[in-house]
Amino acid sequence: MQSYKLKEQQLVLHPGRVIFWEEQSALILSDLHFGKTGHFRKSGIAIPQNVYKEDLQRLISLVQLFKPKQLIIVGDLFHSESNKELDLFKKWRADLRFLQIQLIKGNHDILHDSWYQEADINVSNEKYIVNSFCFCHDLSAGDTNVAGTGIFYFSGHIHPGISIRGLGKQSLRFPCFYFTEQYAVLPAFSRFTGTHGIDPAKQDDVFAIVENTVLKVN
Amino acid sequence: MQLQSSKGYTIISEWLSLKGRCPFSFQEDAWQHIINSESGLVNAPTGCGKTYSVFLGAVIDFINHHPGNYTTQKNNGLRLLWITPLRALAKDIGRAMEEVISELGMQWKIGIRNGDTDINERARQKRQMPEVLIITPESLHLLLAQKGYPDVFKTLKIIAVDEWHELLGSKRGVQVELAVSRIINCNNSNSTSIWGISATIGNLEEAKEVLLSPLKIQGAIIKAAMRKETEVESVIPDEIEKYPWAGHLGIKLVNKVIPIINNSRTTLIFINTRGMSEMWYQALLTAAPELSGAIALHHGSIDMELRTWVEDNLHTGKLKAVVCTASLDLGVDFRPVETVIQVGSPKGVARFLQRAGRSGHSPDEISKIYFLPTHSLELVEAAALKSAIKEQLIESRVPMLLCFDVLIQYCCTLAISEGFMPCDLFEEIKSTYCYADITREEFDKLLHHITEGGTALQQYDEYKKVEIIDGRYRILSRRMAMRHRLHIGTIVSDAMLKVKLFSGGYIGVIEEYFISRLEPGDVFTLAGRNLELVMIKDMTVLVKKSTAKKSNIPSWVGGRMPLSANLGKKLRESFNEAFQKGKAKREPELEVLQSLFDLQENLSHVPKANELLIEQIETKDGFHLFVYPFEGRLVHEAMAAILAFRISRIRPITFSFAMNDYGFELLSDQPVPVDDSNVYELFSPDNLFEDIQRSVNSTEMAKRKFRDIAVIGGLIFQGYPGEHKKARHLQSSASLLFKVFAEYEPGNLLLRQAYQEVFDQQMEEVRLRDMLQRIQQSKIVLTFPEQLTPFCFPIKVDSMREDLSSEKLEDRIRKMQAQLEK
Repeated sequence: MQSYKLKEQQLVLHPGRVIFWEEQSALILSDLHFGKTGHFRKSGIAIPQNVYKEDLQRLISLVQLFKPKQLIIVGDLFHSESNKELDLFKKWRADLRFLQIQLIKGNHDILHDSWYQEADINVSNEKYIVNSFCFCHDLSAGDTNVAGTGIFYFSGHIHPGISIRGLGKQSLRFPCFYFTEQYAVLPAFSRFTGTHGIDPAKQDDVFAIVENTVLKVN
Repeated sequence: MQLQSSKGYTIISEWLSLKGRCPFSFQEDAWQHIINSESGLVNAPTGCGKTYSVFLGAVIDFINHHPGNYTTQKNNGLRLLWITPLRALAKDIGRAMEEVISELGMQWKIGIRNGDTDINERARQKRQMPEVLIITPESLHLLLAQKGYPDVFKTLKIIAVDEWHELLGSKRGVQVELAVSRIINCNNSNSTSIWGISATIGNLEEAKEVLLSPLKIQGAIIKAAMRKETEVESVIPDEIEKYPWAGHLGIKLVNKVIPIINNSRTTLIFINTRGMSEMWYQALLTAAPELSGAIALHHGSIDMELRTWVEDNLHTGKLKAVVCTASLDLGVDFRPVETVIQVGSPKGVARFLQRAGRSGHSPDEISKIYFLPTHSLELVEAAALKSAIKEQLIESRVPMLLCFDVLIQYCCTLAISEGFMPCDLFEEIKSTYCYADITREEFDKLLHHITEGGTALQQYDEYKKVEIIDGRYRILSRRMAMRHRLHIGTIVSDAMLKVKLFSGGYIGVIEEYFISRLEPGDVFTLAGRNLELVMIKDMTVLVKKSTAKKSNIPSWVGGRMPLSANLGKKLRESFNEAFQKGKAKREPELEVLQSLFDLQENLSHVPKANELLIEQIETKDGFHLFVYPFEGRLVHEAMAAILAFRISRIRPITFSFAMNDYGFELLSDQPVPVDDSNVYELFSPDNLFEDIQRSVNSTEMAKRKFRDIAVIGGLIFQGYPGEHKKARHLQSSASLLFKVFAEYEPGNLLLRQAYQEVFDQQMEEVRLRDMLQRIQQSKIVLTFPEQLTPFCFPIKVDSMREDLSSEKLEDRIRKMQAQLEK
C-alpha cells in the first residue's frame, strides 16, 4: 500500500487496484468489466470463469478491509449486454445494501437504465463531482478541459501500464496508477484486461503494481 | 495383375510414345503398385514426372476396370483426391491432367477446390463431383464441414498428397492426417489407397509411416533413381571485413550480381526476408537502370494479381530477374530460369538444394546456384553447404505430435456437418500418427473443453459451443457454425491491412504492427514502390506515390528459420578445415577468409570441430560471455536461458541475451562466474528438463507460441470479414488469454501444448540434449580477449534480447532504476 497526499486529501493506493479516499470513505475504482468472461463464453470462447469470481471476491475483501461508505466507479463496470454472470453481481449487491455505488458510465456500460436502478446504482453519464475532485471515464473523449480549472480529474479507460527498462534492453510492464498535475488514471480492476503503455513526463507520479505491492517508479 | 499386360498400360504407353516419351521405371513401378490397390510414397525430384507417377496410375486403373467403354464412362464420382499445399500449383496440375484426359478421349472432369473457387463451381461440384479433385488441406476440412460429406468419398480410389515433405512437420500436415483418417473410415469397404509424393528428406521412411498410419499397413517407397547435379559458386567480396555484421555486406555486392543476371536467360534471386527483398530490388534498379522493366519483385505481401503477373512472365521468359523470398520456393517450374542466387544463409541443406533446383529443370541438366554472403563469416557456410551436398546430408522433417489445437478445430468441424460419436472418433484419431499416443483422459478433457468450456460457475454460466444430442456431438447454432468455417485453417498471420492508392489501385498487404508506428506523411516501401501514408480507414491503408529519397522498409515479423543441425555440423567441420594453413586444397571461400581467421586466432581462438569456444570480454556495456556451439538461433536461445539460470544459482545475477545462428551472448553488469572449474558442469545434460522448466524464459516463449494455438483452437475471434467492429466486445489478445489461463486454469490443454511446442520446436529439446552431450565429449576453450573478436561481433550487433532474472522482481526494478539514474 502507498499513501498519497493530493489537494489536502489522503489517498491510499492499494495493490488490489483501487484507491481509498479517506476523507470521503470512498473506494475509487475503474474498468471492472463484469460479465466479460460470460460474454466470451456465450460465444463459445472458453475463458475460465474463475477470473470473474476472483475479481468479485477481491472487491468484497477490499470492501471489508476499508469499510467504505461509497464506491466510485469511473466507468466500464460491466463489459457488455446482460448475462447470467451479472446475476451473481446482483446477489452480491443485495448483500451489501448499505454501500452506495456511484457509476460514471464508460463506453462499455450499455445496459438499460432500469438495470442500474434495480441494482441500486447511481449513474452519471459524463462526470461526477465531489468538492474539487471530478470523476469521469475517458479523459480524451468529449470536451473535458482539464487544464487550469483547479479541478482534479480521476479517470480510467486506458488500462495504464508502465514499462520499466534497464541495462541490456530488459523491459517489463506492470499495471499502474498514473498521476499528473491535473488528473489521475486508474489501473483496470479486472484481471481479464490488458495494459496500454503510458509515457509519463518527468514530474508525473507513477505507481506500478508489482505482485502484492505498490511501487513508486516515476 | 501384371502392369505390362494390362489394357490401361498399353494405352498410356502408346499415348506417351506418340509424344516421343517413354515411362520412367519408377513410374511403372508406382503404376504396378497402384493397380494392385497398394499404398506408398513416391520420392522424386521436381520436373521428373512425379505427378504422372500417381495420376496416370489412377487412369490406368480406371481403363483396366472399364476396358471397353473407358472413353464414354461419364460421371463416375470422385476417384482421385489430389491434396496440394499450394493454391498456385492447383491450376497448373489441373491443366496438365486435363490435357492427358482430352488426348485420351476420356470423359473425366478435373475440379479444383480452394479459397479461390467460386460459389457456382462449388455448387456444381456438390451436384456432381468431378473424377479428380485438386484441393488444399484447408479446403478439404471445409468439405468435411459440409453435411453429407461421406457420400462424396464413396467412390474414391486414391488419396494423393503432393509435396508431402512440405506438409509434414507442420500443422497443415496434421490436418491432412486427420482428413485422411476420416475419409478412409467413412468408406467402410476400405478400398481407398493413399499415395504421398515427396522430395528427398532425411526421414522418408517416417514420412511414409505418418501418411499411411490410418491404414495400418507398411506400404512401399518408390524412388526415382535420378539425382540432380548442383553446382555451387560463391560471390566473393573484393575486400574481406574483419568485423562482419549481418545485412551489411550483401547489398554492397550488388555490382557483382549484375553480370550474373546479364549472362543468364533468367535469374531468381532468393532473399530471406521480405524487407530485404524490397531493398535488393531497389538496389538492383539503382545499379543497373537499364534492367528496369525486366526485373520484378515477388513476396508474400504483394498483391496476388501482381504475383501472378510475375509468374506468368517468368514462364514466358520476359523477365531477366526476379527478386523473391520463400514465396517462390515451391510451385511449378519456370523453364527459362537458368541461374539462382541465394543471398544470405539458406539455413539448411534441403532448402538450399530446393532453391538450386529452381534452375535447370530437365533431369539431365545441372542446377546452378550462386551463394552471396551477407557477412563475410557466412562464406564458411558456403563451404559447409558444398560438402553437405556432396554427402547428400539432407534434413529430416519431424512430424508434429498431439496438436490439441488442431484437434479441437477438427472436432468442431465434424460437429458442424455430421456430428460425431466420441468413442468412434477416439479410435479413429488414435489411428493417426499425430494422435497415436493420446490418452482417453486427454480426449475427455478436450471434449469437456468444447462442451462445457472448462472451469465454470455452474448456474451463472452460459457457455455454448458443442452440444450433445443423443450421444452425438454437434454444433447447432448457425452463427457458431459460420464463425467456425471462417476460422478453419492452421496458418496464422499477423493482422494485415490492405494497402491501396488514394487514387485507386491495390498494392498489397502490410502488417498492422508496422503501419501503426508510422504517422501520416511518412514514406515506406512496398512492392518496390515508395508510398506516402495518407490515412488508415476501415482496415485499409490509403497511400499516394512518393518521390522521397528516404523511406522506411517494413520489417515483417516472419518466421526466422534457425540453422539446421546438419548445416551446423558441417559448419563446425569447415572451421576445422579453415584454419589448417597450408593445406593443399581448400575451398576458395575459406582461402579468402584467412585474414579474419588470423585476427580471431590472435585475439582469441578458432575452434576445431571437437572444441567449444567461450569468450569473456569486458566492455563499457558490461561483462559479456560469448559461446559458439553453431547449433542455430533457437537452440542458442534456449541454451542461453539455461546457462543464465545455472550461473545465477552460483550467484544472484541478471543477464540479457543475444544470439545468432553461430553462437550466443550473455551480458551482465557484473563479472560472470564461469571458469575452468565449473564450465563442464554448466554445460551438463543432467537435470536439463528441470532446468528448462525453471528458466523463466519458457513462459515467455510459450506466450509467443500460444498466439497461434489460441487462434487455431478457436479462442481468438478474428471477426467476420467486413464487420470487424461489431465484434469488439469479443476481442482479446493472445498474451492476455495466456495470462488468464496460466493463472486460472493451469491444466488447460492448449496451454500445455504451448509449453510442449516450446520444448519440441522452440528449444528443440532433442537437439539441445545432443549438443550438451557433444560438448561433454569435446574440449571447452575459454579465452579472455581484450576486445571484441570477429566471431562475437555479428552477435553483438544483431542483438535480440531476452531477459532472465533470479533476483527478486522488486529488487530488480530498484536496481534498474539505479542504473537509469546514473
